[in-house]
Amino acid sequence: MNSTGTPIDYLPIVLMFLVALGFVVTTIVATHLLGPKRKSKVKDAVFECGIESKGNARFPFSVKYFLVAILFVLFDVEVIFMYPWAVNFKELGWLGIIEMFTFIALLLVGFYYLMAKKALKWED
Amino acid sequence: MLIIWSFIIYKAIMCVAVFAVALGIAAYSTWWERKFAGLLQDRYGPKRAGPFGLLQPLADGGKLFFKEEIIPNVSNKFLFILGPSLVMITALMTGAVIPWGRPLHLDNGDLFHLQITDLNIGFLYLLGVVSVGVYGIMIGGWASNNKYALLGAIRASSQMISYEVAMGLAVVALIISSGGSLSLNDIVTAQGDGGVANVCWQPLGFIIFFVCALAETNRAPFDLPECEAELVGGYHTEYSSMKLGLFLFAEYINMFISSAIMAAVYFGGYNMPEWFENLYRGSVSLDTFALIGMVCFVAKIFIFISVFMWIRWTIPRFRYDQLMNLGWKVLIPLSLLNLGITALVQAWRNGLF
Repeated sequence: MNSTGTPIDYLPIVLMFLVALGFVVTTIVATHLLGPKRKSKVKDAVFECGIESKGNARFPFSVKYFLVAILFVLFDVEVIFMYPWAVNFKELGWLGIIEMFTFIALLLVGFYYLMAKKALKWED
Repeated sequence: MLIIWSFIIYKAIMCVAVFAVALGIAAYSTWWERKFAGLLQDRYGPKRAGPFGLLQPLADGGKLFFKEEIIPNVSNKFLFILGPSLVMITALMTGAVIPWGRPLHLDNGDLFHLQITDLNIGFLYLLGVVSVGVYGIMIGGWASNNKYALLGAIRASSQMISYEVAMGLAVVALIISSGGSLSLNDIVTAQGDGGVANVCWQPLGFIIFFVCALAETNRAPFDLPECEAELVGGYHTEYSSMKLGLFLFAEYINMFISSAIMAAVYFGGYNMPEWFENLYRGSVSLDTFALIGMVCFVAKIFIFISVFMWIRWTIPRFRYDQLMNLGWKVLIPLSLLNLGITALVQAWRNGLF
């Protein structure tokens, strides 16, 4: 009964999570107790190449990264649509292939639009 | 009820075993990386601690435990601790679906499966858990409240999500050509007993997956997130003691697990070519046969880990725009092409032409 296809398959995942969590908690507590504690104002300041830190790091950053995140969501959802087709490839036959190729063609049109809009251009 | 308890005990043993092996291999990967670097650069590498420097990883780990724990006074303390914990937990949890060998026969007649759990959605589970690892890096970098850490974290997460798309597409092609199952155990068994390794049908897919695995684990040449010259130490600039250790350790565990995945799904896992298996198949018991398969699997993983290290000392680091261009403008179209070719080839193999 290696794969049962029932929820009991997921029980070992919980066990593995507990093992991993136990390890992480143990190490963090142990290192907290074992290490020396000599605090000072300068030592607890953030390290930015030794120069005195100005302001904090909660500042706006380049919108390009945000764009990458949005594009990732779009493309990854489209990739997820392909998994059911991949699993049922044999059963769906030509119909599945033609439909999926149409889908990929539409995806490529969107991809070309991104390029044309210079969404993936990094150097200005 | 008895069956459930024995099931839980077997699985708990397997969880602890995989955990111990992952930690041990991660620790000794650091040793092997330095030894291998020494070999490539014609020098010794670690040799003082124990014979051949074999105690070096233990010394490094012990040192990290006894270091002072510094939490910057401007940081968000809860998230600062949550970041490395998440990275480590997700790194360890990816090992749960990898089949390590054929089942062993126990004295009481039970089968002991050398896999923590054989999920029928194995690959989706892997992709899901790897995605959660990105949160760990982003949370850790943001909570530090350090400009360099923030930039490093943003770079790391945008790099990882960019390469995940191409990786997902390579996996779709792999699933099509290996017969339509997301379970890793099914993918591995389909390659044994007369089947061929998936890499024969998916050479381009394998190369795409390999490049994406390098980028996902933040290994050279994709180690921009911790680019010392520009960003001090990247997202773990502010971390010290074992919290830094968790980040570094998780990187090596990820490298081990991704090598194991590549060895399993593209190179047959514990299966060997038929002529090789026929040399010893008849003369040993089933359990010994399973153990030999496991040794072969570990040997394949070792080769992949060494290739990761070889690449690190051979190829210089990418520039950021080159990295993004490679991910979006080369790998994604290439993996779509690979998907199209795979679909047509598989249609031919299924007799649709």
